[in-house]
Amino acid sequence: MNTTRRSLLLGAGAGAATLALPNLAPAQEAPGVTANEIRIGSTNALSGPVSSYSVISRSHEALFKRLNEQGGVGGKRVNFIVYDDGYQPPRTLEQTRRLVEQDRVAFCFNQLGTPTNSAIHRYMNQRKVPHLFLATGADKWANPREFPWTIGFQPSYRVEAQIYARYILDQKPNAKIGLLYQNDDFGKDYLNGVRDVLGARFDAMVKTATNEATDPTIDSQIVQLQGTGADVLICGIVPRHAAQAIRRVHDMGWRPMFFMTNVSISASVVMTPAGPEKGVGVITSDFRKDQSDPAWANDAGMNEWRGFMRQYLPEGDQNDNNYTYAYAAGLTMIQVLRNCGTDFTRENVMKQATSLAPLELPTLLPGIRVQSQPTNYNVGRQMQLQRWNGRSWERFGNIIEGASV
Amino acid sequence: MSSATGLPEGVAAAPVPVAEAGTPAWQRLLLVAGGVILALAPLWLLESFHLFQLTMAVIMALAVLGLNIVTGYNGQISLGHGAFFAVGAYCTAILMSHFDWSFWWTLPVSAAVCATVGFGIGFPALRLAGHYLALTTFALAVAVPQLLKHKAVEDWTGGVQGLFLVKPDPPAFLPVTPDQWIYLVVVSIAAVLFFLTWNLIRGRIGRALMATRDHPTAAEAMGMDIASLKTKAFAVSALVTGIAGSLSAVAIEFVAPDSFTIFVSITLFVGMVAGGVASILGSLFGGLFVLFVPNIAESISKAAPGVIYGIILIGLLFVMPDGFAGLLRRLTARLRRGGTS
Repeated sequence: MNTTRRSLLLGAGAGAATLALPNLAPAQEAPGVTANEIRIGSTNALSGPVSSYSVISRSHEALFKRLNEQGGVGGKRVNFIVYDDGYQPPRTLEQTRRLVEQDRVAFCFNQLGTPTNSAIHRYMNQRKVPHLFLATGADKWANPREFPWTIGFQPSYRVEAQIYARYILDQKPNAKIGLLYQNDDFGKDYLNGVRDVLGARFDAMVKTATNEATDPTIDSQIVQLQGTGADVLICGIVPRHAAQAIRRVHDMGWRPMFFMTNVSISASVVMTPAGPEKGVGVITSDFRKDQSDPAWANDAGMNEWRGFMRQYLPEGDQNDNNYTYAYAAGLTMIQVLRNCGTDFTRENVMKQATSLAPLELPTLLPGIRVQSQPTNYNVGRQMQLQRWNGRSWERFGNIIEGASV
Repeated sequence: MSSATGLPEGVAAAPVPVAEAGTPAWQRLLLVAGGVILALAPLWLLESFHLFQLTMAVIMALAVLGLNIVTGYNGQISLGHGAFFAVGAYCTAILMSHFDWSFWWTLPVSAAVCATVGFGIGFPALRLAGHYLALTTFALAVAVPQLLKHKAVEDWTGGVQGLFLVKPDPPAFLPVTPDQWIYLVVVSIAAVLFFLTWNLIRGRIGRALMATRDHPTAAEAMGMDIASLKTKAFAVSALVTGIAGSLSAVAIEFVAPDSFTIFVSITLFVGMVAGGVASILGSLFGGLFVLFVPNIAESISKAAPGVIYGIILIGLLFVMPDGFAGLLRRLTARLRRGGTS
């Protein structure tokens, strides 16, 4: 406590000294907020094996640049600081502490990764620093009771599984479900999501099988699930196994209602190796507009995004869907800042981030709205189903919302 | 003035026992006092974030010291010390989060486990020399993050999720913050281990280790039990690096398989080479190097921090082919020559 107060005073003193103006008001209005600036921090893998995600931070930098050129928010410009953590959790803690304690950011936004954010989960909540809109699909960020200062962004795997389960109940109330999931956090989110929706009926309706990420094949699990007489199959598995599963199910003549995690739906990595004709009818989900889909060639929202890319990120690869993701996350952040009015204290930023009125975004599918309530931190909670037609994914049906748990 | 010139001189001389003989007792005492002041000064001078960084640097220095024992002094190249670092960290984390042990009691357990694992790795190492050993240990480092996620141990290690623990609170009678306390703990433990290692290296065993490295046949002819020396060197080395792992677990309060990828091993190796191979003081520099240079690289270019890091590393090795410690050694040698002539 002592340190904090002292450093606050120091910060205020330094700010006043540099301004050298006879200003009676403290230079720092709130942590990370001065008369003309809001400081926002983030970490990303700018180097290392997953540095392809670093374009997310590039996009945020460009977006905040555009915001500043347009006059900023609440009369202040945004100063966005990103540090490299190389996707190593200890480095994430180090860099986040640098952001909070040295750079004195107001809050952190869209930090990348599940293990990396886990390492700072408690730190951010102990310090009461808003830990906003994390770039990870894990489900654990929506836990307002224990971690009120942390909130995720995209629909989690668990929400995705809830959406499949809801659709199944709607279409086949007496379905016998076979659930194949990878035995780790990622896979177990599918188990949890299906259980959330089915509740007490889970044991009667669902037979499960698991695989390890290292298994060479998953044939035996597929055979085992077919043997239970299931007429619905849900798979929470990685792309390599997804290709095997699609081919195996087709080759053995099994025709279940077949759901595949949207982690494993790439046309080039999954569908083509499996055999495009063998995957006809497989169902998955998405919340983004796929920029390669001709349906969005003249879409107003996507054109807005393309204009942004041309002007601010001319060297950026427009086929990289990390950019559409980042654009949506960045706009959500800006909306929260606008909702703050002129009060950028950490308390108010968190309050606005957790009470966001439904908001449609240019790069997300029409009808999908990000939102939050103080009791529900699942910001992205809606998706639309899509079906493989042999050449591409075709969207169908309405937007479905995950169950609130 | 005498203390100012005496400090770098004596410190650099520490790893070289021959030079030590000439240092009078009062100078040595001054040296120790200077070292203690230097180690404690950051408590008052640095704010909590920088203190945390320095804590991490000292932890890395300790891990590099462990690697230096086996690779620097004994000549067995290990690219897998990240594995021992991970084992130490997980020992502490498991005991603290599953069994509510106090941090202090986990240290001896972690030391024992790491020494045993190191001893076990030492055996195949007997049959493998040079590059083959480097590859074997490399394989160990690659395997560890995956083994930690395996379902047989998942209940203990927390799988991909990792484990959370809480760093020890400062005792009530000391008016320090938790950050200052963990720094004190880390620095004290590191100081003890640095002293013990220095004591080991400058004595009979140290000479035997170096003799084994430099000329195994001659060493054996002199009656040294090479097999026992090599396996024990591995055990001690793993112990030191493992304790560094334990300290990192409490300093970060979180362990996960992703914290112990192959890069940790490479980082330790880089730290050892940049600091100075076969140098105790060099390990300290190595720790500072691996923690601070990536940050410097990033402040120069955010677009390609890896490239800048590489350039800095190549530049340093060009200027200081035998690391920081070698540079210091040469500087003091020149100073002494200058002083006597």
